[in-house]
Amino acid sequence: MELDAIQQQLLEAVAGLHRIPTGAYNIRANGKSAGRNSTEHIDIVPKEDGSGIDIIIKPGTKNESVHMPVVLSQTGLTEVVYNDFHIGDDCDVTIIAGCGIHNGGDASSRHDGIHRFFVGKNAKIKYVEKHYGSGDGKGERIMNPQTIVEIDEGGYMEMDTVQIKGVDSTDRKTEAVLKAGAKLVVMERLMTHGTQSAVSEFKVDLEGEDSGANIVSRSVARDESSQVFISKINGNNKCSGHSECDAIIMGNAKISAIPEITANNPDSALIHEAAIGKIAGDQIIKLMTLGLTEAEAEEQIVNGFLK
Amino acid sequence: MLELKNISFEVSGETDEKEILKDINLVIEDNQFIVITGPNGGGKSTLARVIAGIERPTSGQLILDGEDITELNVTERAKKGISFAFQQPVRFKGVTVLDLIRLSVGEKISVAGACEYLSEVGLCAKDYINREVNASLSGGELKRIEIATVLARGTKMSVFDEPEAGIDLWSFGNLIKVFEKMHDSIHGSIMIISHQERILNIADKIVVIAKGHVTAQGKKDEILPELLGNAGGAASCKYYQNS
Ligand SMILES: Nc1ncnc2c1ncn2[C@@H]1O[C@H](COP(=O)(O)OP(=O)(O)OP(=O)(O)O)[C@@H](O)[C@H]1O
Ligand SMILES: [Mg+2]
Repeated sequence: MELDAIQQQLLEAVAGLHRIPTGAYNIRANGKSAGRNSTEHIDIVPKEDGSGIDIIIKPGTKNESVHMPVVLSQTGLTEVVYNDFHIGDDCDVTIIAGCGIHNGGDASSRHDGIHRFFVGKNAKIKYVEKHYGSGDGKGERIMNPQTIVEIDEGGYMEMDTVQIKGVDSTDRKTEAVLKAGAKLVVMERLMTHGTQSAVSEFKVDLEGEDSGANIVSRSVARDESSQVFISKINGNNKCSGHSECDAIIMGNAKISAIPEITANNPDSALIHEAAIGKIAGDQIIKLMTLGLTEAEAEEQIVNGFLK
Repeated sequence: MLELKNISFEVSGETDEKEILKDINLVIEDNQFIVITGPNGGGKSTLARVIAGIERPTSGQLILDGEDITELNVTERAKKGISFAFQQPVRFKGVTVLDLIRLSVGEKISVAGACEYLSEVGLCAKDYINREVNASLSGGELKRIEIATVLARGTKMSVFDEPEAGIDLWSFGNLIKVFEKMHDSIHGSIMIISHQERILNIADKIVVIAKGHVTAQGKKDEILPELLGNAGGAASCKYYQNS
């Protein structure tokens, strides 16, 4: 299947792809498969009921990548996709997913991706996810991603998510269960503008001894937009957990940060930090003394903050 | 040349008006190296902020090369060639040292080019260039980066507010060389607010500000002996520190 110009542009925005990637990939466009490639170590298999795909990465696979972009350019399309990643023991792989919606029409377009990760013992994965919306139709662009993670003993997952532009409404859920020695590191970057709304909810269960999670969210809410950040960390063993929400608020936006840390074991060390505030006035002034206008200064500060 | 004419600055307190600068008259000549000193709370930083446009004077005028800049905002004054290194440098999450130097220069100069400014202020460039200008930098490191942003701009009027604060003794000599070199190469005016004898020593002109007034100004040789207390007398209220 050929991608049209809009789809190619979306593909570039979410996956940095100009053409067909190397390695394993699955490209989904307007609800259909637009290309798929398995490799010697990475098998991509459609689920029998057609609801999504299974990605099976053989134990010991190192330095390989999987690209999983989704593009939607047909107005009014609503889809739910289930993708399961089975990452074998001792792997070291990068998975790049992302979703771009272009909505030029008046009906809502919506993509709900449910990604489950089964990370094997001592495996290491980096998961990168970008969300992007474009198009000037009145139809909303909606994305409700769910990420469900199980990390086996000694496994490590780094999750890097970005949603900077054009998504009208998002309700993101991330759940993780960590066994002994497993680590999860999340860096979420979010910007909302106009009347957009975003909810991001994390729930992490630190089950195993010496498991650890670090969840960092940096966000900017402008105009009339609203954001809710919820993080729940349960320490059920000797473990460490840290969550941090750092937000810049502009215009008439609204932001809430709702932390919940629960220690069910006296050896769990849990920290939550949250800060919401305007751009500091002296930051703007410093950049103005370098010759930037107030608006240019704000732009620089916001870009740096979300970088 | 920058002229300050009858500059006053008041803030309204809870009960009354507080006059922080009172009728300040000052001329900063082209190519002049002027050092402002005086007791804590005397109004030095406020004066610097008035020059940079961060505070608007309640009355009086600022004339830069014959043009009245009193009504210009911070950005406009920066574009006219005024630079200001803050007494307390600002921290930014996410903005790197390289970003800040490039913004100062006003164009996307090479990494090597940016590193030169850091080397000048005694920072090993490769260790710092990609770091964020955030709370992880030490006070002295931040201060040096702040000075580098003004060097990178290379404008005709540079104001440094206590640049030596937090700079270790060993580096002090190099810092002085930085100012001397800047003085030689740019031929602009340099105004440094300082309490340090070694900085006062390289001044063409010294201005003492206390309680919002200019209490003395003149050539180094005239002002310095008096400041150092050779005149004797009120030794108990000496604010001046020997280094
Ligand atoms: N916005 C303001 N509101 C109220 N008081 C102010 C304001 N700005 C400055 N001041 C006061 O004005 C006086 C002068 O302050 P300034 O920072 O200019 O002093 P300084 O000479 O730079 O002192 P230092 O040597 O300690 O840096 C101080 O008493 C300060 O508290
Ligand atoms: Mg001061």
